[in-house]
Amino acid sequence: MFDFFFQLHPVIQGLAKGLAVIMVIFPLAGACSLAERKVSAWMQGRPGPNRAIVPWIAWIPFLGVFLQKLGVFHLMSDGGKLLFKEEPVPGHVNKFYFILAPALAIMPAFTTVAVVPFGAYFDAAGAAIPLVLANVDIGLLAVFAVSSLGIYSLILAGWASNSKYPFLGSIRASAQLISYELAMTMSVIPVFLWINAPGQPGTMSLAKAVEFQSLPGFWGGSWFIVLMPISALIFLISLFAETNRHPFDMAESESDLVGGFHTEYGAFKWSLFFVAEYSHMIIGSGVFVLLFLGGWNPLPWVPLSTAAQLLGITGLPLVVGVLSIVIFLAKVVAMIFFFMWVRWTVPRFRYDQIMKLGWQKLLPLSIANLLFYAIAIAVIQK
Amino acid sequence: MAQILFYAFALFTLACAVGVVVNKNAVNAAMCLLLALVGVAGLFVQLDAYLLAFLLLLVYAGAVVALFLFIVMLLDTKDTASRGFRKVSTFASVFALGLLATGVSAFALRGRLTTPNPNLAAAVGTDLKHYAYQLFTTYLLPVQVIGFLLLIAMLGVIVLSKRWEGLDDIK
Amino acid sequence: MAVIPLERKPLTFAERTYLPQIASGLWTTFKHIFQPQVTLSYPEQRPAIPPGYRGVPTLVRDPNGREKCVSCQLCEFVCPPKAIRITPGEIPADQADRAHVEKAPQAFDIDMLRCIYCGLCQEVCPEEAIFLQNQYSLSGYTREEMVNHKDKLYELGGTLPDQHYKWDQKKTAAEHGNTH
Repeated sequence: MFDFFFQLHPVIQGLAKGLAVIMVIFPLAGACSLAERKVSAWMQGRPGPNRAIVPWIAWIPFLGVFLQKLGVFHLMSDGGKLLFKEEPVPGHVNKFYFILAPALAIMPAFTTVAVVPFGAYFDAAGAAIPLVLANVDIGLLAVFAVSSLGIYSLILAGWASNSKYPFLGSIRASAQLISYELAMTMSVIPVFLWINAPGQPGTMSLAKAVEFQSLPGFWGGSWFIVLMPISALIFLISLFAETNRHPFDMAESESDLVGGFHTEYGAFKWSLFFVAEYSHMIIGSGVFVLLFLGGWNPLPWVPLSTAAQLLGITGLPLVVGVLSIVIFLAKVVAMIFFFMWVRWTVPRFRYDQIMKLGWQKLLPLSIANLLFYAIAIAVIQK
Repeated sequence: MAQILFYAFALFTLACAVGVVVNKNAVNAAMCLLLALVGVAGLFVQLDAYLLAFLLLLVYAGAVVALFLFIVMLLDTKDTASRGFRKVSTFASVFALGLLATGVSAFALRGRLTTPNPNLAAAVGTDLKHYAYQLFTTYLLPVQVIGFLLLIAMLGVIVLSKRWEGLDDIK
Repeated sequence: MAVIPLERKPLTFAERTYLPQIASGLWTTFKHIFQPQVTLSYPEQRPAIPPGYRGVPTLVRDPNGREKCVSCQLCEFVCPPKAIRITPGEIPADQADRAHVEKAPQAFDIDMLRCIYCGLCQEVCPEEAIFLQNQYSLSGYTREEMVNHKDKLYELGGTLPDQHYKWDQKKTAAEHGNTH
């Protein structure tokens, strides 16, 4: 069915894949911004955005009203507004870096998608083949490496804006991101210690992590959040910090820094920062789902292959693939809901509390966790 | 294709490295350093050493240069920009250039540059396990020595930054 | 004032991790999703105006449809931001039903850009002719539109019940020979 695609020139294939990524992630990030508004509204007892409607959709009975109440069309109107607004560039900024910063925010956010598997199907032999744009052996390392470049957009935006609130925001952001990267990296090492059993070639592949959560038996089938709850917790907290989400929104901190690093930005440049933030959130949720929530396995101890057998679709790789993508995306959406949920639950930290939590609590905890699992795995796998 | 990419990345890296040295604006210099590191990562990818490339990005491009920028932003660089060379800095730079020239020429004369061993580089850089194995066996001593150096630097920073009032016995 | 010493128990380990607290907080916010919404969709749904609300000042008529204002200008005098301008006028002799009313305003303007809704005009009016009623949404495109003239004020005010029928009493008294 898709043979014609694989006969194309590799460069064209790559371009097509890249375009597909942008076409999926960009609207998804936009939908996240709408979901953010809607979820916030529900939690605060408000209806949320529910006005915008396209006339000919309003004519459809029930569905039209439902979509209007859901606020789906606010996405379009927001996007249109941001596109057609005047792009202000204040006179006191460093123009080159000021314009470069939003682009730098987008690039790492979109690049990391390439190595995140989002589904799987089974070939004739029954082996799981992950659906991923670039199935590299060092998947997670690539995600960490490329997403760590996103910090430059914050730093440069703050520096180029040449005024105090952006400056303070970017200083906070850079210190915070570097601090939590350590704990984050430490927290996932136990997972890969477990995966890289002796005698196998070493791997950091995310698809491999899912494979290890879909083995038969009690220990094989349990998700890593059950096996390694502390790791999952540290990773989750660091994820909040790395994506600058509440309660770690030190880079923006509307309450004390106006808008933080993007105070001087407007129109589409401003929205690019938000698309980048939401895409980081999507990718981060995806990685968390792959590492700790069993990836595309529907339930703990029920791997995808079993589910496919129960549904009787084992022989249809396309259907299995779609099913796996749906399961994976459902989990990612649940994670994104969790991000928004936490936003309205946990109050913001003070900056010194963030630093204290990162360096004095999470880092020692993650090292202790690593030591514990290193010893435990050595004992078990002997 | 590979040849062209190699030259492109090499030239890019060199140009950025020169940019680091000649740029008067410290932020520009730091950004040049970042681009140079990205260029080196590209060269590593060409050698199939994906692991090294991503480690370089993760550690140096992602964290170290970010810290550089962090420090640069905290400095007030306006009045230092126009200062001329001092005697010490002139001497130090000539000395450093001499060291660099000696090193490169020694390396070239001993023939290492003409006979690279791409197989070895690929083997160390690609496979996580092999890389770690090398780190803990062949290169164990350098790793330990560098770790010790970093420990000393860290202790020095702690000693310099901490206030020692009320702790007279340590003074 | 008695001082009640509170005994602070040291935090347990679970409390120090904050995780149970965060979990219960998450449960609280989650419950809020299913609670009824507290906002009004404004232009369609209007808030219920409580009695005694001080909205836009208006002029009212008595139940006989006569204007109650006698242009005494007390409100103009008391108005702190000087929003009220009154031009007093005589009542034409041919209007029989208003024969005993002393005077009436020729023009009555309230500049709503100046009005501070203090209600002093209502407080001071001896004829109970000016009321701050439940009108709260007032807007216009120009400064001129924001000045309420007499017609507009009577249109907004309408007719309110009257307890006294002052002018009717005066008329009856005059007809019975009592000039005062």
